[in-house]
Amino acid sequence: MAALHLRNISKKFAEVLAVDDLSLEVADGEFVVLLGPSGCGKTTTLRMIAGFIEASAGTVRIGTRDVTHDPPYRRNVGFVFQNYALFPHLNVVENVAFGLRRRRRPEREIGGRVARALALVKLEGFEARMPRQLSGGQQQRVAIARALVIAPDVLLLDEPLSNLDAKLRRDVRGELRRLQQLSGITTVMVTHDQDEAMSIGDRLVVMNHGRVQQIGTPQALYRHPANRFVAGFIGRGNFLAGNPGADGKRFITRGGLVIVCARIDSGADTLLIRPETIAMRPGQVPGVNCFAAVIEAAVFQGSAFDLDLRLATGETLQVQVAAGTGAADWTVGQEVTAEIDPDAAVGIVSA
Amino acid sequence: MVRGRAFGERLGRLAFAGTVGLALTLILAPLVLVVWLSFFTNEILSLPPEGYSLRWYGALARQYQFVSGFQLSALVALAATAAGLLVTLPAAFALSRGELPGREAILHALMSPLIVPALVVGAGLYLALIEFEVDTGLPVTGTVFGFAAGHVLLTIPWSLRLVTANLAGVDPAIEDAALSLGATPVVTALKVTLPLIWPGVVAAALFSFVVSFGNIEVSLFLVQPGQTTLPIAILQYLEWKVDPTVAAVSALQIALVAAALLITDRFVSLAKVV
Repeated sequence: MAALHLRNISKKFAEVLAVDDLSLEVADGEFVVLLGPSGCGKTTTLRMIAGFIEASAGTVRIGTRDVTHDPPYRRNVGFVFQNYALFPHLNVVENVAFGLRRRRRPEREIGGRVARALALVKLEGFEARMPRQLSGGQQQRVAIARALVIAPDVLLLDEPLSNLDAKLRRDVRGELRRLQQLSGITTVMVTHDQDEAMSIGDRLVVMNHGRVQQIGTPQALYRHPANRFVAGFIGRGNFLAGNPGADGKRFITRGGLVIVCARIDSGADTLLIRPETIAMRPGQVPGVNCFAAVIEAAVFQGSAFDLDLRLATGETLQVQVAAGTGAADWTVGQEVTAEIDPDAAVGIVSA
Repeated sequence: MVRGRAFGERLGRLAFAGTVGLALTLILAPLVLVVWLSFFTNEILSLPPEGYSLRWYGALARQYQFVSGFQLSALVALAATAAGLLVTLPAAFALSRGELPGREAILHALMSPLIVPALVVGAGLYLALIEFEVDTGLPVTGTVFGFAAGHVLLTIPWSLRLVTANLAGVDPAIEDAALSLGATPVVTALKVTLPLIWPGVVAAALFSFVVSFGNIEVSLFLVQPGQTTLPIAILQYLEWKVDPTVAAVSALQIALVAAALLITDRFVSLAKVV
């Protein structure tokens, strides 16, 4: 177990910079998620940590070891592949024992550690099965046991949930988190799914075009995104173009709305308002940050309504309101008032 | 397959079945005929046969050139198969896994014996071996080593094609997994990749053996008096005599190859790897 330090690493494929000057410190025992659209460099980064590809520049350190130029078999890193990559010709026990055999551990120790690893992922009784005789979820648990049993310094997960069906994905997500906390292992996971990233990571690294956009806790990224890309990638949002007022307490949209904000930086050119932070009232109600609007679309989602509003200025707002029993239903064409919480309106830079 | 009951559709089905039947007949007829002839009693081939017997199989054992030819052919085929795989396996790994400069050119060079007429290969080989004998004083032509050196040129393209095709089917992530678990590239190749491409290796060995065993063109240049392979012994026998002895030896050869195919198919499904 060890901390992971990536310092100014880059990867160039021919003329393309897949990863551009990335620095990241992962504390001992921390769970960090690399998040971004496909082609953003997150998987390349993970493969550089594992040693499958060598960084073109920068250093990779695991604990105090500089492993930048070490091959994967000398890094002591556990890797769980997107398609699990189990050895098809070996049964479950031999798949899990593979890493220990390469370390020439005594047979008795291998047996004990493999059994504990299989118990950890709840696969007792499957020892003699071949990979093709297992379901996707079971194969994945074998892959996790195989990576954990070698007591790696760092555990790397490449889109581990993407090949599972939606229902299983939720269970495995919780299971992964439990295993990681139980083993206390430093973990880096790659995903393009923001829900998955938010629910599992201590900290997220949002990447785009090979560059880090922002590093922070899920809450920090959601509430205070560094730029328009992060704000749009994590959660939904209303992005209103405009300028901050001179007093730093209000934002004037291009359509002419004056929105009071708790605090706004002078450089901001866009106001982010999350759909669920907007309060809805039927009819026209006067008040600070209260704006008259008409419902253009209303989608009932069970626990909530997703509403599209058009304001008097012609600008649109997406709103999500709880749909409790007894609460009013919302219908298209209805005249309403949208109230924006000054604390929840965040100024960001769109570039 | 054509479905339906309309006249045209029925005709289509008939045409399909007819074509398949004709093709199979053309392929199998010579084999069936040879096996049939080998059991004829009469010495001069004529139809209908006067009767059936096993005398030509018995006669085989007394034909020294067939027995020794069979032994030499088998030895040569084994040696050429082994040598071919020894060259092909590392080459296939390097060509399909490494980022070897000029890999296309190397691949084509190794496949070239398939394109160059076998007689040309044989003639070139003959000249080279004679030079080698003159320079070193070692006898090469007519030895197992000399034959195997020639036949390995025939087995390499077959092995290479089959092994590289099987390597392409192995998910690189599986090899990466082995590496990340502490296996060096050599251990990964031996413990993970090789078991996964094993059916292809078996098929490569089988095809190499068959190609070498039945070869005439290259062997023609390498024979010495008293040192002939089975196909050449058959050829030489046919120059003097046409009797069912040749049919008997051919039938045995067919049986040998068929047995090899069936045994191999029990271990690896040949339909899948070839």
